[in-house]
Amino acid sequence: MLTWLARLGRAGLSFFERLGRGHLFLMQVLAGVPGLLLRPRLVIQQIYSVGVLSLVIIVVSGLFVGMVLGLQGYNTLADFGAAESLGVMVALSLVRELGPVVTALLFGGRAGSALTAEIGLMKATEQLSGMEMMAVDPLRRVIAPRFVAGVIAMPLLAAIFSAVGVIGGYFVGVGLLGVDDGAFWSQMQARVDWNKDVINGVIKSLAFGLVATWIAVYEGYDATPTAEGVSRATTRTVVHTALAVLGLDFVLTALMFGE
Amino acid sequence: MSQGRENQPLIEIRGLRFKRGARVIFDGVDIDIPRGKVTAIMGPSGTGKTTLLRMIGGQLRPQAGRVTVDGQDVQALRRGELYALRKRMGMLFQSGALLTDLTVYDNVAFPLREHTKLPESMIRDLVLMKLQAVGLRGARDLMPSELSGGMARRVALARAIALDPMMIMYDEPFTGLDPISKGAVVELIRKINVALEVTSIIVSHDVRETTAISDYIYVLSDGKVMGHGPPRTLLESDAPWVRQFMQGLPDGPVPFHYPASDYAADLLAGPG
Repeated sequence: MLTWLARLGRAGLSFFERLGRGHLFLMQVLAGVPGLLLRPRLVIQQIYSVGVLSLVIIVVSGLFVGMVLGLQGYNTLADFGAAESLGVMVALSLVRELGPVVTALLFGGRAGSALTAEIGLMKATEQLSGMEMMAVDPLRRVIAPRFVAGVIAMPLLAAIFSAVGVIGGYFVGVGLLGVDDGAFWSQMQARVDWNKDVINGVIKSLAFGLVATWIAVYEGYDATPTAEGVSRATTRTVVHTALAVLGLDFVLTALMFGE
Repeated sequence: MSQGRENQPLIEIRGLRFKRGARVIFDGVDIDIPRGKVTAIMGPSGTGKTTLLRMIGGQLRPQAGRVTVDGQDVQALRRGELYALRKRMGMLFQSGALLTDLTVYDNVAFPLREHTKLPESMIRDLVLMKLQAVGLRGARDLMPSELSGGMARRVALARAIALDPMMIMYDEPFTGLDPISKGAVVELIRKINVALEVTSIIVSHDVRETTAISDYIYVLSDGKVMGHGPPRTLLESDAPWVRQFMQGLPDGPVPFHYPASDYAADLLAGPG
């Protein structure tokens, strides 16, 4: 019983220690962000590798999610004679929920894991240590640009995901199932609110981008510098990102739409 | 630099103590590293030779004792001062530690681009000069993954001297190289020491190469300095531990066998 308690206590302590170190790390990275204004090239390069290279998976997933929404939504709405509202349903589901959440999950799997592995390997091969000895702070030169790039790329990817998803829903609803073209778009236009729906979705995707990128760069920087350590850190990135995004989504949704 | 300092050692280490967990790495180590000379720190694997370099570079803090570099107490420096000091230090990592996403050229240009506002044309001249010095001007467009171990180390050396440092630290520069590459590195360390008038610190356990180029040697083991002096003195030393290490004898004060119970009793005891 006592050893069990001790083990629980130790696990709790190490959890909070990691949480604390993660926050200190975030503060140090944020301190390096203003300096990047002078060197935008560093950030642009990273936006390419974090954002542009994630486009294929985001576009393809968005298309299929939108198509599935079109099919499922049509079946339910048609029972109530409200098939014309398909456009609203697809757009709201995507903009409010699926766009930010699914994009963040895919982002964690595609870009987050790559960031962790890259930074972890740079640590394992002494590249970060080497930079320090060349009087170049790796937190500013390596971590900060990647962090900023992730935070910028995530909302853009989520927006693209939602847009492509709406087009997927349109293909299925209007193209295959015969929903009225004009009703699909006009109802969507009338019922999707800029502040309540679109802006809230953007806030969500920004928050997810921040958390997902933070987890990815921290796990990489904190990885045990061995092959096994880097592989564990990469797994942790994907798992923690998924959990954090889903948990945070509930909190944000409750705050935004909780009335 | 003031006149008085020039006769003083560049690096003074006093009463250095460092523990990692329960393991004592340094237990009161005193070392002086004179200016403009090649000083070697030798010892068996795991004696904390690399740890010592990290303390000189301010990447690790000792639990007690002082490391002074060019009159500055490394542990007492603030971040900005420490970075200013590091610009005057070059370090050659065992792995080379080249940035894998940059070409050889960009790797050598990296410290120049980070720390100077020189125009690109001048950076080009400097990079080509440094690469010429290590004999790899023709390899400037290769990626680090295309280099052999010896070449990677020479590129890293070119990068370490890019900012014309006052001292260069070599971490196991001879390990894992074929005889020709090893010869090239030995030659380079000596040449750079003379041509750039830098202070060189070599951490190594390769007795032959190290004694061939160093002016002074410290031998460390079990957290203590076991002996120091010019290479010739150490090679002829009567102290049993130093003799065993310098001549590579399999048995001596460091026993061949890991501590174990009586051999015969162990065999007869059977499993369990």
